[in-house]
Amino acid sequence: MSNLKATFGQSGRDLAMFFVHVARMTKLTGQSLFWTFAAPFKGKKLRWGATFVQMVRIGVESVPIVGVISFCVGLIIAMQAAYQLAQFGATIYVADLVSVTMCRELGPLITAILVAGRSGSAIAAEIGTMKVSEEIDALQTMALNPIGFLVVPRMLAMMVVVPCLTILADFIGITGGFVLALTNLKLSFVAYFNETAEALYAKDFITGLIKSFFFAIIISQVGAYQGFNVRGGAEGVGKSTTTSVVVSIFLVIFADLLFTMLFFSTL
Amino acid sequence: MTEPMIQIRNLQKSYGKRKILKGIDLDIYPKETLVILGRSGCGKSTLLRHLIGLNTPDEGNIIIKGVDITTASEEERNVILKRMGMLFQNGALFNSMTVGENVALPLMEHTPQDNSIIKIMTRMKLNLVGLSGFEDFAPSQLSGGMKKRAALARAIAMDPDILFCDEPSAGLDPIVAVGIDHLILKLKSALKMTIIVVTHEMASVNLIADRICLLHDGEIKFLGTKEEMRASVDPYVVQFLERQPDEDQLDPQNYLDELVAD
Repeated sequence: MSNLKATFGQSGRDLAMFFVHVARMTKLTGQSLFWTFAAPFKGKKLRWGATFVQMVRIGVESVPIVGVISFCVGLIIAMQAAYQLAQFGATIYVADLVSVTMCRELGPLITAILVAGRSGSAIAAEIGTMKVSEEIDALQTMALNPIGFLVVPRMLAMMVVVPCLTILADFIGITGGFVLALTNLKLSFVAYFNETAEALYAKDFITGLIKSFFFAIIISQVGAYQGFNVRGGAEGVGKSTTTSVVVSIFLVIFADLLFTMLFFSTL
Repeated sequence: MTEPMIQIRNLQKSYGKRKILKGIDLDIYPKETLVILGRSGCGKSTLLRHLIGLNTPDEGNIIIKGVDITTASEEERNVILKRMGMLFQNGALFNSMTVGENVALPLMEHTPQDNSIIKIMTRMKLNLVGLSGFEDFAPSQLSGGMKKRAALARAIAMDPDILFCDEPSAGLDPIVAVGIDHLILKLKSALKMTIIVVTHEMASVNLIADRICLLHDGEIKFLGTKEEMRASVDPYVVQFLERQPDEDQLDPQNYLDELVAD
């Protein structure tokens, strides 16, 4: 009986904590958006210098990995598609499949997952370490808001660079398909290019970018929230860093599902 | 009598069921050095965190220069905060910035001066704490004592009226620790600040304190000058001054009950 009680008690507490986390993260996101878009009109300056540093760190430095991974993924989809389409002698439709899948789905998703692993975790670790060493407290006693000072530059940087990386991923992924088409499938460059151009609509490309913009907000907010939530020393930082990656990837895929449902039914 | 700089009224704070501060009443006057003394866990750090606005009390008020910071808006509180400096126990220097950038940060954020003037002011502050020439060092390259000095330079960057120090000599060897104490004395006479120091080191109390506030178990056990403290006959004050250990009050039955309690 007491075991039963303990089990249900624990899951009840976990459930209650889940809602507490959701509420707190919503609050943090609200405050971050306020500090990004409303506070500048009240005379609080945005920290462009720090934002630029973060853009380089989150964006420029992940170009190689995003490039390589999206090339591989483009190639993989092309091969899997060709495997099926070859049965009907319709390998030219590889172009449609690769380009639409990359732009609508995999470009934004791969970029988000890579950025969550590379930079979301870095945000959590950085803010968490600052929390442990009382640097966050120090900011507050200097009348500097930690959200305005730390979270906004990172979120703003992500809002800009994640869509940019997504565009890059889209193009390189499609290039991966091209490479297979030209080498293995023996399709002509012009035919494949025309097929791609015909298959892709602006909306495919744009819905992907809309998604990636929101993924950027999710990743930066999860990272920051986990950072502020660090309890205890180095171990706490490690835990929060890991949690930030797991939670961001989960939320990114969940948001992806919602957006895809929305676009699927309306666009 | 001059108007108090800081008035603390019936300050109470609990964490869960544990009551940390049980109604503190305290006046702190301009230009005095008040040492908040007490053993670990007596609530002295909690009291300090309330004074600098990092914690909000369950009950009671803290009035700094006529503004109640427990109820003030963020803007009002920021005005007060800009006139206060805080030296954290481990310095809390921003590790991603150089020593010079650390000291310059409050000036950059809160004053309209341009960079060349801020650079000169930063150099002056570092000079004052004996760290001239260390602008471009990273905090991780400094020793413990130097970190404290750099943090002190950052705390006084805005020429505050009130300086808070959390355990300024913790984790330092006695010679470096006494150096920090002397530095606090020097800054006090140079900048005419009100200084509030939290510590448990009697040696530094004897050197820097004008008045002493001894906390025990969330209450003020003693408030007065060094001489008054030495003359006190309160058993706890005597125990503290003479460094006597607590008597072990181990009741075997209680102990057993505690062990088997669910």
